[in-house]
Amino acid sequence: MIRIENVSKNYRGSNRPALADVSLEIEKGDFVFLVGASGSGKSSLLRLILREEIPSSGAVHVLGENLVGIPSRRIPFFRRKLGVVFQDFRLLPNKTVGQNVAFSMEVIGQSAGLIEAAVPEVLRLVGLDGKADRLPSELSGGEQQRVALARAIVNKPAILLADEPTGNLDPKTSEEIMALLDSINQTGTTVVMATHDSGIVNRYRKRVIELREGQIVRDEKSAGY
Amino acid sequence: MRFVWSEVRQGIRRNLSMVISVILVTFISLTFVGTAGLLQMQIGQMKNYWYDKAEVAIYLCSNVSPADVCPQGEASADLKTAVENQLKSPTLAPFIQRYYFEDHAAAYQKFQQEFAGNSVAKYVTAEQLNETYWVKLKDPSQSAIITESFTGFAGVEEVRDQRSYLDQIFGILNAASIAAISVAALMLASAALLISTTIRLSAFARRRELGIMRLVGASNFYIQLPFILEGVFAAIIGSLLASGAVVGIVQFFVQGYLAQQLPFTNFVDLGSALLLVPALIGSGVILAAAASGLAIRRYLRI
Ligand SMILES: Nc1ncnc2c1ncn2[C@@H]1O[C@H](COP(=O)(O)OP(=O)(O)O)[C@@H](O)[C@H]1O
Ligand SMILES: [Mg+2]
Repeated sequence: MIRIENVSKNYRGSNRPALADVSLEIEKGDFVFLVGASGSGKSSLLRLILREEIPSSGAVHVLGENLVGIPSRRIPFFRRKLGVVFQDFRLLPNKTVGQNVAFSMEVIGQSAGLIEAAVPEVLRLVGLDGKADRLPSELSGGEQQRVALARAIVNKPAILLADEPTGNLDPKTSEEIMALLDSINQTGTTVVMATHDSGIVNRYRKRVIELREGQIVRDEKSAGY
Repeated sequence: MRFVWSEVRQGIRRNLSMVISVILVTFISLTFVGTAGLLQMQIGQMKNYWYDKAEVAIYLCSNVSPADVCPQGEASADLKTAVENQLKSPTLAPFIQRYYFEDHAAAYQKFQQEFAGNSVAKYVTAEQLNETYWVKLKDPSQSAIITESFTGFAGVEEVRDQRSYLDQIFGILNAASIAAISVAALMLASAALLISTTIRLSAFARRRELGIMRLVGASNFYIQLPFILEGVFAAIIGSLLASGAVVGIVQFFVQGYLAQQLPFTNFVDLGSALLLVPALIGSGVILAAAASGLAIRRYLRI
């Protein structure tokens, strides 16, 4: 599902590699915590999987696509099979909750009928029943992250990438978001989550990949932080 | 598509002043393009009309001709016969459609007509005006044959192809249309720059949306379309205004004024102006689509 082979990433203007000779494989339905200190390369790895960056060397295969050689006109179609959430939610402030979710269906050309049916359904799934007409600014941080999650999964992606999704949330809200991610994973979606939250990692006992200065120093099943 | 249109509307509202300046610049530049087109059409039309009528004049010596070309003064009857014989000779005759002789009296009459009301008409006498053989060639471009045979011919003061006067006039008109085209080219370049700046600003204002669109896998075409349509919309308005201006120039200035002032000249009509309209709109649209397409592609490199 995700196969990364001997990948190094050097950003221009920085002499230390963000990733150095990283290899890993993630199977369908896996839940993976990506841990490590700030600057250890977690976000860089997620960006490579999303094809926002290309590796300086090595190979990245995701959902059967070779992301180094993929022609740029195919990239949008590749990204439709992935969902992403970030620490800072990235909602459109002048669109309502419903419109924010609908936006990600509109821009890939889904029909109005399908959008009308799918948006309330996915909002109910993330626990935002009845909040479709609110603006993001009228919601708590946890609720905003639920909107972002709804937007990420409404197109039924095979893989969900989460870059510190609980980084801006209090522990109780973080727990709720984590429970949602887990339930999304239960339906068969592969989840890769970069996080600092040792409590969550320790409680859920999933596969943990630890990065340090761009290298994988640990890759364990059912592990802790 | 509903979504694309709402994006275009929003973009236009957000950048209204820039959109208006794009409209104005395309309007003015395409008006210059259209005017240059009209001038070219006018030149073409006049060339067709006048080149066919142009004749070669063989001016005979008169008693006021300069002594170095006409040492014998007024051309005598013998000299005139010699000129006429040369025109009838087998070397020249095949090129000549017809010729006729204009004597002092006819030249005087023509002069009085052309300069009626002008004070020179009062002072000129018939004897001062050249007697002339007017030669109409079968092919008006071959005037050199006549010029060569009669330059330096005894009793001939000068050989003049009327086309050389026409060429001067057309030269001036041509220069005017080249000037109009140069101004138009400069303004079109600034229109293109303005469009790409507008689009870039518009993309900057929407960078959040654009980032999310790319994350969820909107196709490049879908992302770029609203921006391109925004530029094209402004250019279409500008080119419609320019088309209106060009049609207005022909209707009110050329046909309404010039044609009344110079009734014997054939001017471009409304039909030719309407012919320019699709060309103006087409070039406006292509310019805007290319400028905004390039701008947004550079801004949105994946
Ligand atoms: N766009 C970038 N340009 C240059 N350097 C970058 C860029 N993104 C990340 N880096 C560098 O790469 C390293 C890894 O960063 P990142 O992947 O963001 O780590 P993490 O997400 O684990 O904090 C850091 O040293 C960071 O400064
Ligand atoms: Mg990070």
